[in-house]
Amino acid sequence: MSTTATVPHGPAGPAPAAPTTERPTTDIVRHWTTPIALAVLAAVSLAVFALTASGKSATFRISTDADAIHIPDIVVPTIAAGWTITLLLAALAVWGFLQVRRSGTVSGWVSAVFAALFVAGFLVWVVGAANTTTVFLTGLIAGSVTLAIPLIFGSMAGVLSERAGVVNIAIEGQLLAGAFTAAVTGSVTGSVWAGLVAAVVAGVLVSVLLAVFAIRYLVNQIIVGVVLNVLVAGLTSFLFSTVLSSNSSALNSPPHFPSIRIPFLADIPIIGPILFDQTILGYGMYLIVIALYIGLFHTKWGLRVRAVGEHPKAADTVGINVIRTRYINVLLGGAVAGMGGAFFTLVSSSSFSKEMTAGQGFIALAAVIFGRWNPIGAFFAALLFGFTTNMQYVLAILGTPVPSQFMAMLPYLVTVLVVAGLVGRSRGPAAAGSPYVKE
Amino acid sequence: MKLELRGITKKFGAFTANDSIDLTVESGQVHSLLGENGAGKSTLMNVLFGLYEPTAGEILVDGRPVRFSGPGEAMRAGIGMVHQHFMLIPVFTVAENVALGDEHTRAAGILDLESTRRKIREISDEYGFHVDPDALVEDLPVGVQQRVEIIKALVREARVLILDEPTAVLTPQETDELLDIIRRLRDNGTAVVFISHKLREVKAISTVISVLRRGRMVGTADPDADQSELAALMVGRAVGLNTTKSAPQLGEETFSVSDLTVLSPEGVRLVDRVSFGIRQGEILAVAGVQGNGQTELTEAIMGLQKAQGSIRLDGEEILGRTTRQVIRAGVGYVPEDRSTDGLVGSFSVAENLVLNRFDRAPVGNRFQLSPAAIRSLAEQRVTEFDVRTQGVDLPVGTLSGGNQQKVVMARELVDDLKLFIASQPTRGVDVGSIEFLHDRIIRERDSGTPVMIVSTELDEVLDLADRIAVMYHGRIIGIVPGDTSRDDLGLMMAGITPGTEPDTTPDTTPKGATA
Ligand SMILES: Nc1ncnc2c1ncn2[C@@H]1O[C@H](COP(=O)(O)OP(=O)(O)OP(=O)(O)O)[C@@H](O)[C@H]1O
Ligand SMILES: [Mg+2]
Repeated sequence: MSTTATVPHGPAGPAPAAPTTERPTTDIVRHWTTPIALAVLAAVSLAVFALTASGKSATFRISTDADAIHIPDIVVPTIAAGWTITLLLAALAVWGFLQVRRSGTVSGWVSAVFAALFVAGFLVWVVGAANTTTVFLTGLIAGSVTLAIPLIFGSMAGVLSERAGVVNIAIEGQLLAGAFTAAVTGSVTGSVWAGLVAAVVAGVLVSVLLAVFAIRYLVNQIIVGVVLNVLVAGLTSFLFSTVLSSNSSALNSPPHFPSIRIPFLADIPIIGPILFDQTILGYGMYLIVIALYIGLFHTKWGLRVRAVGEHPKAADTVGINVIRTRYINVLLGGAVAGMGGAFFTLVSSSSFSKEMTAGQGFIALAAVIFGRWNPIGAFFAALLFGFTTNMQYVLAILGTPVPSQFMAMLPYLVTVLVVAGLVGRSRGPAAAGSPYVKE
Repeated sequence: MKLELRGITKKFGAFTANDSIDLTVESGQVHSLLGENGAGKSTLMNVLFGLYEPTAGEILVDGRPVRFSGPGEAMRAGIGMVHQHFMLIPVFTVAENVALGDEHTRAAGILDLESTRRKIREISDEYGFHVDPDALVEDLPVGVQQRVEIIKALVREARVLILDEPTAVLTPQETDELLDIIRRLRDNGTAVVFISHKLREVKAISTVISVLRRGRMVGTADPDADQSELAALMVGRAVGLNTTKSAPQLGEETFSVSDLTVLSPEGVRLVDRVSFGIRQGEILAVAGVQGNGQTELTEAIMGLQKAQGSIRLDGEEILGRTTRQVIRAGVGYVPEDRSTDGLVGSFSVAENLVLNRFDRAPVGNRFQLSPAAIRSLAEQRVTEFDVRTQGVDLPVGTLSGGNQQKVVMARELVDDLKLFIASQPTRGVDVGSIEFLHDRIIRERDSGTPVMIVSTELDEVLDLADRIAVMYHGRIIGIVPGDTSRDDLGLMMAGITPGTEPDTTPDTTPKGATA
């Protein structure tokens, strides 16, 4: 939705005498969509956060009594907060309208502040309306990270292969294959490390299939990916029901990675548990994100990978081996996704269960797009998705007035809104999805 | 450095694109390759650059035989190539593009772009390139992108530089600058291979001229030879280099554009209140430096761009109609970029020839296609327009550049046109075919169709136009008679209207000037 108006830059009226060297005239193109959306959300805030506030207070705890540094709880009265936030949101929406009238678009900070306030309003409202009106904020965030870790591994796999020009829909299958083999190998050998290695190998094997069909035999990459997902889901489910379930103590009770708590640092409120109380896989995840970011944007390897994903023919004409680069990246991606799979059975759950990845591979793919094919961006996108998933769990425990079915939709709803709405015109690697054939 | 090709043969299936060709290129020389569309020039250069494996023959560098399995090896041997379609990564900066494949690194493979930037600045200063190493390639005009390609070759110390139709996309000023650059390279001892269909340039720059015809080397020519001599050697017959046309038989003004405005997403007026009309039997040429709104103007007429104002054809408003409806109304349209907008590269020549009428008799109807009719129509068109192809079933992408252009022209120049619009109608086409295509356009005019030609090529504008509209910054800054001097047009293209004195002929007052 947009309207235009002319700014009288150049002289109006009859064409001017020679020479005419002024710049072309510029009109303001007004995009009304954003302020309208803001206004609608402000109205939602009025109807829900302000008018249906429970009247109780929502309590956000930050530190436990055992913590070294103690930060007092934050107590927020729901009615006051609901009205304050609604007024602020309305003010921002009006500001948005004014901005569009003046310059055509809403500035980024308005939308960002608006989104943060809206989330805060929602939290206060939903916690205040629950049976238990106290929530442990540090735990909420730490839990989000735990849920996000496999997503982050998955999205790094996506970034690796898409940056080289191969669309990886098979992340789901790679995660699941990793989870399964980690569980079985871990149980049989009794070693977490053997489990992890097996998961990596399984992820790579799925990738080999993807790479060979997509790169060598030029089969449509999306189709290969979908087929691989179905294949892995079928195979692991079959083996689970025929072999694992009847013999779960020997084959499906893997050992687990212990948390390594770094003294003192882990006691820092909010960020302590996230950064300094993780398993080896958790720490490894941070390392991989950083390494991949530096690798892609600051090394020779990354420059070549990105070139292959953008314009393989140009890369070829400067002597870069396109096919080999693609193989290597797809296989590396499989290895990383395998680790993410291992996280399911060697860290977060006690054992393997049928289709336990439950679509996380696809959410990881959404994180890749939302993060604009940048490892850091994908990392934060995955955190957001982890956070919404955790909200769903925490709110179910607190007992909220919102139907649980709706809460279960939350992560997916946020994914759809984010990918469809917020990303805007995001541009992925230009050659992703198209095979490279040399004449 | 001396580079020799001996008996190079390249076959695509049963078709011989290069037939035992011998060619020697020496440092300090500009060696031009002339030849019709499809003669095998690009193929030969791709063999030389390691992109194609020759079927037979050998390549010698300083007397030693070499084999290139890929362009990487050719580059290491000192051969650089600027392709007809640039091989640059649009989202990378200039420095990243130059570094790619030949990166300098610090410890742990960390990129060191600083040394690449320094080299770019050195080369830039030496040759007067004015290239900013940190600019994004997609933001650069084609002329500058081409310099980036040349820098890529120079950074790798190329001593043979191949330029395949480097001037096809350049403005006259950019072309002159490029020729200067080539002269400087030559004086520094680089061997340059230069391919162009523009004989004036070839004569101006060459030390030696070799002529290819239908895959064979037919001889060499002296740069001092006449343009018509060169053309005859290329085509194998005499070619008229200047189009002759009779005075126009003007009819009614059936096509008119008034107050047309096209905005960019950011609100820049790409086309700014443009008005003009074209009469039946008249050719209006829209001249101007690339990027002054010509593309958006034609796209708005075709319904490919949102626009405000009015476009009337035969008394009916066509602004706001879909492209399909506009085509149905009898408009033939040749887009400026054949490879992205004009053709479907993987479709056959025949399919491409019916893209604008696949659902109309005789080639098909609403539900089905008639392969036999498509085939016979295609064969007739291919013969008529002299498209050099081994068959109408081949993917159009395998045709040479100029032959692809002829396919688009053959599709759009059909009977019963109410309006014919062509952007860059002869881009990349050889002199013989230009003669033919220009004749066809004039025949279309003489059959009473209003014709609009958009061209950045002054020669073409002057050859065809009955009237010339010059666009600058989205506006038509004047409409002048077809015999206006090159100098006056040049000034207008730079945004300078030719003074305030009234024109000599009263009936040519710029009726399209915005008021
Ligand atoms: N990959 C291919 N497969 C089959 N035929 C091809 C292929 N590439 C080129 N040809 C054919 O080889 C011939 C020579 O093509 P080439 O591109 O070398 O011509 P050119 O001299 O560069 O012409 P132009 O001036 O139009 O660019 C053409 O007839 C073309 O159809
Ligand atoms: Mg060519």
